[in-house]
Amino acid sequence: MSDAPKSAYATPLTPRRRGLIIGASTGLGAALAQKLAGQGTSLALVARSTDKLDALCRQINAAGGYALAYPHDVCEYDKVPALLRKIVAELGGLDFVIYAAGINLPPGGMDRYNFENDRKMVEVNLIGAMAWLTPIAEMFQSAKAGQIVGISSVAGDRGRVGNPGYNASKAGLTTYLEALRNRLTRHGVNVLTVKPGFMKTAMLQAAQGPTPFAIEPERAAEDILRAMQKRKQTIYTAPLWRWIMLIIRHIPSFLFRRLSF
Amino acid sequence: MNLTHHFTQLENFGHSLKASCYRIKIEKPDDIYEAFQLAKKSGLTVTARGTGISYNDVSLNGGGIVLDMSGMNRILEWDPASGVVRCEAGVTLEDLWKRVEPDGWWPPVVSGTMKTTLGGCLGANIHGKNNFRVGTIGEHVTEFTAMLPTGALVTCSPQKNADLFYAMISGLGMLGVFTTITLKMKRIHSGLIAVDAWPVPNLHRHLSDLLEHAPHYDYIVGWLDTLAKGTSLGRGQIHAANNLKEGEDPNARETMKLSYQHLPDRLFGVMPKSLLHYFMNPFLNNAGVWLINTAKYLASLRRHTFRESHAEFHFLLDYVPDWERSFGRGGLIQYQSFLPKETAEDAWREMIQLSHRRGLPSYLGVTKRHRPDNFLLTHAVDGFSLAMDFKVTDGNRARLRDLLQEFDRIVLNAGGRFYFAKNSETSAETARAFLGEETIAKFKKLKQRCDPNNLLESDLYRRIFKDIGL
Repeated sequence: MSDAPKSAYATPLTPRRRGLIIGASTGLGAALAQKLAGQGTSLALVARSTDKLDALCRQINAAGGYALAYPHDVCEYDKVPALLRKIVAELGGLDFVIYAAGINLPPGGMDRYNFENDRKMVEVNLIGAMAWLTPIAEMFQSAKAGQIVGISSVAGDRGRVGNPGYNASKAGLTTYLEALRNRLTRHGVNVLTVKPGFMKTAMLQAAQGPTPFAIEPERAAEDILRAMQKRKQTIYTAPLWRWIMLIIRHIPSFLFRRLSF
Repeated sequence: MNLTHHFTQLENFGHSLKASCYRIKIEKPDDIYEAFQLAKKSGLTVTARGTGISYNDVSLNGGGIVLDMSGMNRILEWDPASGVVRCEAGVTLEDLWKRVEPDGWWPPVVSGTMKTTLGGCLGANIHGKNNFRVGTIGEHVTEFTAMLPTGALVTCSPQKNADLFYAMISGLGMLGVFTTITLKMKRIHSGLIAVDAWPVPNLHRHLSDLLEHAPHYDYIVGWLDTLAKGTSLGRGQIHAANNLKEGEDPNARETMKLSYQHLPDRLFGVMPKSLLHYFMNPFLNNAGVWLINTAKYLASLRRHTFRESHAEFHFLLDYVPDWERSFGRGGLIQYQSFLPKETAEDAWREMIQLSHRRGLPSYLGVTKRHRPDNFLLTHAVDGFSLAMDFKVTDGNRARLRDLLQEFDRIVLNAGGRFYFAKNSETSAETARAFLGEETIAKFKKLKQRCDPNNLLESDLYRRIFKDIGL
């Protein structure tokens, strides 16, 4: 575990939110961690890569923030409940969670299929989210407080020719988050679905074809933090994607079948 | 037990702190034992909580287990002949006085609210408006039993396990969990109390009147107009009261009835008081409080004497239900300092002036007269206390924090002490400075003996006591 600064205690005059980010070591997760730490949030960061996670925590803690590192592979579903209990105890509570773990393994062409990749994406992008958000939803429902943020994707809005497995995993996540929202809103818990378009992260290389309107993950992180503060339900980032996806969602199937994106 | 379904968001009294904890309802001592076992198995810590109305984090345990003691609320034995009562730790002062008052008794020490539990009262070792005369509540406890994290059920009194007796009372729940408490009530001969009220024009008169008049009364308390400046700084009103002697109340039989002690739930017989806090909110700003304080002071200029019920006199904080909500979304904090009688005036003058200069005046000031006691983590001095309420807003947090740090410095330099049931911003360094190394070493030894695995931890414990080596 990274050497955390000594004090992260909340008092009425130094209130601290406590957050958990799963999939925090790179890209959007790391950008969110940096920004939240800068706002005085105590963070527990979960990611597979110990090295990257430790480096990120060191960086945050050196800058006066508070971050604890928990190396973990989200596909180790059985380990989640015990790890979650440990995290909540060491963090001193839990106010919100961001599920940002996600992979994109394209089959490599419109005429290629790859079940192994598809399974891996569903395991990380969807089942991993269910493994973490199930006990968290139970806890937040019991506490009648809390906020759940799921990083889905515009890719979940429509099944397209390029990457059926990714589309399916993100569509599943979007629907799962919607269902959680419908369960939890009545208990005072906010569930935010984030649908990023293209972002300039390592995942961009997996994209098939052109990548218009790609934004820095820092900008997406800012959009997300603003939406969290306003307790929104669903956002696109960059916001332009709301209109693009509105059009794409309404392209009739007979036409969509003939398109090659 | 699935802890997940016990996850609860708890708050402090002032609604200025939140902590998510696993709350477990306790109904008998065995439940405490089981909770300790569960905590050990799950790698969690434990904190006891009564009604949860401390101003700070003493009964919060973020990410850990909180024992909800409010279900252990049986009065086990009450002897109206001797005035000795044995209760479970979750019994509130309200439960207690309502039981003993009709028999001609009153709790020897009460807080400004009747909602506190006896376990919490002992943990903080509360004082009342009679501290200068009868000491803290601990001085009226003849015996208690407590469950230690080791699983042992110990019985303590000033004679038996005396070291634990004097440390667990004032020990903020860090050594064990109170299960039963035996204490001696005070005889009363009327349901009324005779109150004298008079104005004091400045801080000097305020404190000298507290000092000189205290010996003639059973209770004494001052209201301090925290917004008055210049030669009027520290002005206010003193309320001093005496219990009536036998025969002084011709209607004693009537006034001792419980119905007579009832706090009215309507203002002027019309407006439900549960709504009152909404109407107070618009006045809780610098201008509004100045207006109210000035009016209150002018109204107090007439010296007067009256009789009121014990409940009305003692439980001012219960007079307006949910009054703390009138402070708005950021809630409130209280800063209470205890100063020796020799240094109090100068220190408080400096503090009040500083709060004015910073534009961060307190909205309520309350003074009391105190005497020292023998409990290990004592907050008392031979002098006075001044409690100041501050409204917390998103815009004033950082400035208020700076102000309170300077207050701490002024109080420490003046030989003062602090009270953990109230102050929420006390740092580990400040705590070390006023407690002293000898006290800390003694407490540390007891902590190791009673709780070798550090199972009992509250947010307060982690924030202050862990850092000073306990």
